[in-house]
Amino acid sequence: MATTLHSLLDQLRETRAWKSVFRRGPARTNRTRSLAVFGNLFLHWMPVKVREKSLAVRASYYLGSISFLLFIALTITGILLMFYYHPAVPQAYRDMKDLRFVVSNGVFLRNAHRLAAQLMVLLVFLHMFHVFYRGGYKPPHEFNWVVGVILLLVTLFLSYTGYLLPWDQLAFWAITVGTNIMSAMPVIGGKLRFTLLGGNLVGENALLRFYVLHVVVLPLIAFLFIGIHFWRVQKDGGLTVRSKDDGKE
Amino acid sequence: MSDPKQQPHASESEQGHTAGAGKSRRDFLNEITLGALGIAGLGSTVVTYQFFSPNVLFEPSMTFRAGTPDLYPVNSVSFLQDQLVYIVRMTEGFYAVSAVCTHLGCITQWKPEADTIACPCHGSKFKRDGIKIEGPAPRPLPHFSVTLTPDGELLVDKLQTVKSTQVLKA
Repeated sequence: MATTLHSLLDQLRETRAWKSVFRRGPARTNRTRSLAVFGNLFLHWMPVKVREKSLAVRASYYLGSISFLLFIALTITGILLMFYYHPAVPQAYRDMKDLRFVVSNGVFLRNAHRLAAQLMVLLVFLHMFHVFYRGGYKPPHEFNWVVGVILLLVTLFLSYTGYLLPWDQLAFWAITVGTNIMSAMPVIGGKLRFTLLGGNLVGENALLRFYVLHVVVLPLIAFLFIGIHFWRVQKDGGLTVRSKDDGKE
Repeated sequence: MSDPKQQPHASESEQGHTAGAGKSRRDFLNEITLGALGIAGLGSTVVTYQFFSPNVLFEPSMTFRAGTPDLYPVNSVSFLQDQLVYIVRMTEGFYAVSAVCTHLGCITQWKPEADTIACPCHGSKFKRDGIKIEGPAPRPLPHFSVTLTPDGELLVDKLQTVKSTQVLKA
């Protein structure tokens, strides 16, 4: 079964269409395999070779990968939710209620988005703790640690801006209190709050601003820095594997 | 970058800079371009900031009429829910106290049984004149200006904070 599948794939790789899409035929040697990785837009920033021990569960507990998968899940569920959501007062609250009680499978999508967001915050923190206690911030990984801190902040801002969108009492007061904390910042605090909310109160301007930040600005920043983050993992020589793990373990 | 042929040229231009003369055309154009880009960058930052500050707000008016004085019995505290203001009438007169906690902006509640204004969020407590009794609030609740309109109604201006000693004589 497996061999027939392999031979089928091999035959496919010899076809003109395959060669036209992937720019090469079957990769039978290490050289052609690495060329296949380099020549693919989606793979070219991935490592050509990975040490077996850096794929072991205990090397990372896959915390970073799971965070990324949650981010992808959040992107997909978020885009789907956008088809039923108007960032306007009071329509936003009604749309949220519609998603829960009227739209087919809306409650599943909404809860998937909400729970994945909470899980992502948790996993990003766990990932950072793991990297920290492994010494993954030490040279040559210092810059990638900084990128990671930026990604943590982006994750938290995404979480915070998304918090307002249901437009219920919890959202309103969370953003009122949160932006008042911001206005305690010296000199620029008050102006910053006014600009972020687009007013003195959490109103329709604030809802629209948080929506645009949540669905466009912050995800783009996140995608950019995730790209840099993954690329630097490879450029800095892969994951930090403890010298203890180099031995028998 | 590490091309040795470039070295003499670089030191030459450095000398030119220190002397202030003999600047090459390239250096001059680079400075002009950098300056122009800097001005354009600063300008676009300023206009973008202006763009993000709304000029018209559709928020409740900061000045409002609170009805005639006889609506408020002497020695009472009345909470105006739409305006988030307490109208306090004492024997010496009227004053208006903000109902928004100075800690993080939650709405406080008047507790007549304890004669205090209490915040449900983080437990700040104030006297009826806004002076803090306890809790995390950093400042007392501000007093707003209260005046009488010509037709005899109370007019509160939330944009104008006044000293807590200022009272509208009843």
